Amino acid sequence: MHTAPRYSTPAIVLHWLLAVMILSSLAVGLYMTGLPFSPTRLRLYNWHKWAGVMVLGLSALRLLWRLTHRPPPPVPMPAWQEKASRLAHGALYVLFFAVPLAGWAYSSAAGFPIVLFGVLPLPDFVPVDRELSEQLKPLHHWLAYALGAVVALHIAGALKHHFVDRDGLLSRMRFSR
Amino acid sequence: MSARSLTTLALAAALLGAIAHPAFAQTPPTAQLVPSASEISFTTRQMGVPVDGKFGQFTAQVALDPKKPETGSVAFAISTASARFGSAEIDAEVPKDIWLDTKRHPQATFQSSAIKSVGAGRFAVTGKLDIKGQVRDVVVPVSLTQAGGTSTASGQFSIKRLDFKVGEGDWTDTSLLANDVVVKFKLVLTGLPPL
Repeated sequence: MHTAPRYSTPAIVLHWLLAVMILSSLAVGLYMTGLPFSPTRLRLYNWHKWAGVMVLGLSALRLLWRLTHRPPPPVPMPAWQEKASRLAHGALYVLFFAVPLAGWAYSSAAGFPIVLFGVLPLPDFVPVDRELSEQLKPLHHWLAYALGAVVALHIAGALKHHFVDRDGLLSRMRFSR
Repeated sequence: MSARSLTTLALAAALLGAIAHPAFAQTPPTAQLVPSASEISFTTRQMGVPVDGKFGQFTAQVALDPKKPETGSVAFAISTASARFGSAEIDAEVPKDIWLDTKRHPQATFQSSAIKSVGAGRFAVTGKLDIKGQVRDVVVPVSLTQAGGTSTASGQFSIKRLDFKVGEGDWTDTSLLANDVVVKFKLVLTGLPPL
């Protein structure tokens, strides 16, 4: 399968960078909320927020790249699978933006503006409002769970293609031939 | 020693004492704090993020003639349990002994030792700040404005939280929680003589 067409190198780099950042943000997000008030909890919350902002920025870059660069043609598969794959990828892109934006809004509404890397204050696009923050909190959580679910589906589908259908799908996202 | 010379001596001693006392010239009038219009707030930073809090309960004894500030005095008592941050999580944490230890130290106090004029409507109030049993000398800059019988004293100054053992144990890490705490105040007073 070494001759299968690959995504462009920037697309591949962005894919794996975001894969690592999103999975670790999901894991840290799940872990940190159960911690008692402590320096560790505070650090993880800040790192989680910084990671979320980077996911947002990198996703914008990635969307721009995706819109201006044609991906390799899909591997042969039944029409329903192709449709499902397109839907899943669309959902992923929506959630790449929705999850961090909901988190950012939640943080702002709760009265904790995000200061990227501890030095760059980011603007609040919602007011400090405890009631609003109580609504944004579950929104951020459920969107994150949804992202986790679609990511799981995405990984399952990719592995099924590669190891069951043996259509060499994964080589499209490999770093080198 | 005769009874007369004893009396003279006592009188002289009393007079000397009175002269030595800053309030000798005349006792400055006492002002009344309007708590509902007054604010004492503070800001620190956790990993760069500003964290604002305020004290809901405090009392003040202010005796001051703005024309003779050196004769005046200012004393404050702040209820440490009245600190609020607008975050239930932090509000529940701050009374604990590693922070403000509100059980053992229900009050933070300030007592002035000298007040001097440093410009039109501006004063430097030197005194002792006692938080959590730790006493430090501070100089508080105060701006005074007056309108319709009320005076508003406002200003801000910076203290180091570690000087007062606020945030002990792991929390002494200032890369996590800044050492600098900016204290801001706006105090509305009635009964203060004109500037």
